[in-house]
Amino acid sequence: MRLFTALFTRLDQTTRTNAKVDALAGYFADAPETDRLWTIALLSGRRPKRAVTANLLREWAAERAAIPLWLFEESYPIVGDLAETIALVLPDATRASDHSLTHWITTIRALAPRDEADKRAAILDAWDQLDARERFVFNKLLTGGFRMGVSQKLMTRALSRATGIEEADLAHRLMGDWTPETTSFDALIRAHDPSVDLSRPYPFYLAYQLDEGPSSLDAPPGDWAAERKWDGIRGQLVLRGGAHFLWSRGEELMTDRFPEFARLVDFVPAGTVIDGEILAWRDEFPLSFNALQKRIGRKTVPKALLRDAPVILYAYDLLEWQGADIRDRPFAERRTLLDALVASVPPEAPLRVSPLLAFDTWDRLADIREGSRDFASEGIMLKRKSAPYRAGRKRGDWWKWKVDPLTIDAVMIYAQQGHGRRANLFTDFTFAVRDGDALVPFTKAYSGLTDAEFRKITAWVRRNTLERYGPVRAVKPHHVFEIAFEGIQESPRHKSGVALRFPRMARWRHDKPVAEANTLDDLRRMLAAYG
Amino acid sequence: MTEPVLTFTDRGIYCPAADVFIDPWRPVDRALITHGHADHARDGMGRYLATDAAAPVMRHRLGAIDLQTVAYGERLRIGSADISFHPAGHVPGSAQIRVEVGGEVWVVSGDYKTEDDGLSEPFAPVRCHAFITECTFGLPVFRWDAQTDVARQIDDWWRANAAQGRATILGAYALGKAQRLLSAIDASIGPILTHGAVENTNEVLRAQGLPLPDTVRVTPQTDPKAYPGALVLATPSALGTSWARRFGAASTGFASGWMALRGVRRRRAADRGFVLSDHADWAGLNTAIAETGASRIFATHGYTSIFRRWLESQGYDAAVVETAYEGESIDDDGAGTGE
Repeated sequence: MRLFTALFTRLDQTTRTNAKVDALAGYFADAPETDRLWTIALLSGRRPKRAVTANLLREWAAERAAIPLWLFEESYPIVGDLAETIALVLPDATRASDHSLTHWITTIRALAPRDEADKRAAILDAWDQLDARERFVFNKLLTGGFRMGVSQKLMTRALSRATGIEEADLAHRLMGDWTPETTSFDALIRAHDPSVDLSRPYPFYLAYQLDEGPSSLDAPPGDWAAERKWDGIRGQLVLRGGAHFLWSRGEELMTDRFPEFARLVDFVPAGTVIDGEILAWRDEFPLSFNALQKRIGRKTVPKALLRDAPVILYAYDLLEWQGADIRDRPFAERRTLLDALVASVPPEAPLRVSPLLAFDTWDRLADIREGSRDFASEGIMLKRKSAPYRAGRKRGDWWKWKVDPLTIDAVMIYAQQGHGRRANLFTDFTFAVRDGDALVPFTKAYSGLTDAEFRKITAWVRRNTLERYGPVRAVKPHHVFEIAFEGIQESPRHKSGVALRFPRMARWRHDKPVAEANTLDDLRRMLAAYG
Repeated sequence: MTEPVLTFTDRGIYCPAADVFIDPWRPVDRALITHGHADHARDGMGRYLATDAAAPVMRHRLGAIDLQTVAYGERLRIGSADISFHPAGHVPGSAQIRVEVGGEVWVVSGDYKTEDDGLSEPFAPVRCHAFITECTFGLPVFRWDAQTDVARQIDDWWRANAAQGRATILGAYALGKAQRLLSAIDASIGPILTHGAVENTNEVLRAQGLPLPDTVRVTPQTDPKAYPGALVLATPSALGTSWARRFGAASTGFASGWMALRGVRRRRAADRGFVLSDHADWAGLNTAIAETGASRIFATHGYTSIFRRWLESQGYDAAVVETAYEGESIDDDGAGTGE
């Protein structure tokens, strides 16, 4: 584990991309083959299943550290990371060892079926032979939340340098449903045969945000295709060899969650891969994201839900056609093929094509964008007609031009300290709107302020605390913030009756007294207009 | 009912028997000062009382103040209170203040650490009935490595940077931490450059006889190329500014107790975080409190409510007191506040 921990430490100690790639490439050159494969798996989100519950780990750590459990529980949110909290409270190890990464992952995986006493003995034994850093890494493996400040893209670049294989090729090889148990480094990276894995998706092409409007683009309106930006789940439908597979942008296989798409095998020829948006759909119109949310996170879908929140794939690109990878062809050409394909499918099949928007000037497109909310859309997508389908987030050919968020001026009434990287600042706030003389809380927000503003509000919170409820402080209702959000929904669970989507602090309204903050009636009007 | 030895007011900690305030944050007539950091020694008091060793820094920071000094352990009678100052080990000159009225002893710790840093007068426990303690790092996740180990990590980092021809920029508070680092590291590795705020404090402390290695003040005329492989000691706020950019592709580091937390370390966006604090860690706080023999504990700044609950579970009569002290602030300038 020393080599892997050293890699982790090097990655953690630098913010420079090149230094990270150096560290990784060095590791890929030196590490034992199985460790290499596990590292690739970890860095591409393929974690070992959690074998021990977080609750047990907390209990054992507190016990080993000879502190009461409540004190561990209080420390955890401040550190912000369970693995780190455990590593920090444990007493020093009594012996040393140097087993491989694979050894420890194998040990952890073997624990799953064992009883609690066995698990406890194995974990305490591990903690007792690992130094502070190794312990943190080990705990990360145990708790599953492995993030090393390395994107898959960066890892792929380092792997490319270590193996001499092209990045895009590697990105494709690394996708799909493999684990280190089902493959080897050679099979996955070197001796790869695309035909063995029918399910394998293509890397998604991700759009950049267009901040300054389309007139800042390098080409005239006629060079661009525009569609609405849909608020669903990005998905890639792979149809090969009579089977179908649905992939999320996070490379998660979602096939079983959306059984509707099984019917497409009957209508769409094998050797087709479609990129699009999964939307809850009724009467030829998208339902709210809320409806779709009920389908997320369910491995199997009850009949009632299938009826209440049926989905379709709103297709916007064609990546594979007649068994051939057509990503290098221009968007306009792919799109023509896609239109023809979708037109050939009967309307009862859950497949539609996301319509292209007709516009000849940027002003016209801006007008269309203004109406986005009427179509349950988040704005406009712009795609260069001549561009290939690229891998990953690349600047230049795909842009998202989102509508301005909704905003409301609200009063800060509670504050809570942040955790992790913001442990010593107050960063988590609850906001209220006015209702007569009362203040009704309606949302929390954590982001949007600069570090300097967080420092300022932290100093203010310390001096203006009215009451403490555990970690939460009630503060003097004094500061007004402009809260920006993307959507508003009715919610019986909240006192205010509404729930916001992506709320954040857009501006600190130093100029506004509490008496000028928005009211509950304003909020209800927004709900009526946009809910 | 007799009056308590100390009371907690919105101006600071007050001793009615002596009619003095300890580390007040609003103007008062008479202020006893534990140490020269800006959240403890503030402007605008009528008269100040501090240790001999704390006086030069206070005069440097606060200018022409009416300042009386005492030696550690010297006993003063003020009103009906006996008052004395005892080493707190926080920074050179820092003190705990012991107040005795009618046989009852209360001690205000100010900021303190229990490890001997080789520069500050080492922390000396004082027996008392009530102890007013900070708890900046009052959680069991804070455990400091020995200073020699941390100094070795810094030396290794500096040496590696120097070998690659890169400057090493280390951020540390201008009063206390910077000098502690100077005296702990291996000054033979290369030249040491200092930010003006650090060098000002160096001059004050050198003048009072503290042994510090030779340093070079960075001025607009300083040519970084003339000092290859240098260690640059900067204030935390200078990291990432144009001041620091003059040293080219340097490796940056930051020394603070907060560096124990990975999240905070990453937010600083420095290459390296070294866990070194002038405040007591979890074990230090608990040992210090036990050694006072006090049964009543007041927690002033830090993770106060959690720490109070812990103390209560250990059988102490504990309370939280709201003050304006800031402990080890990672974000402030540090030219005087926090550490």
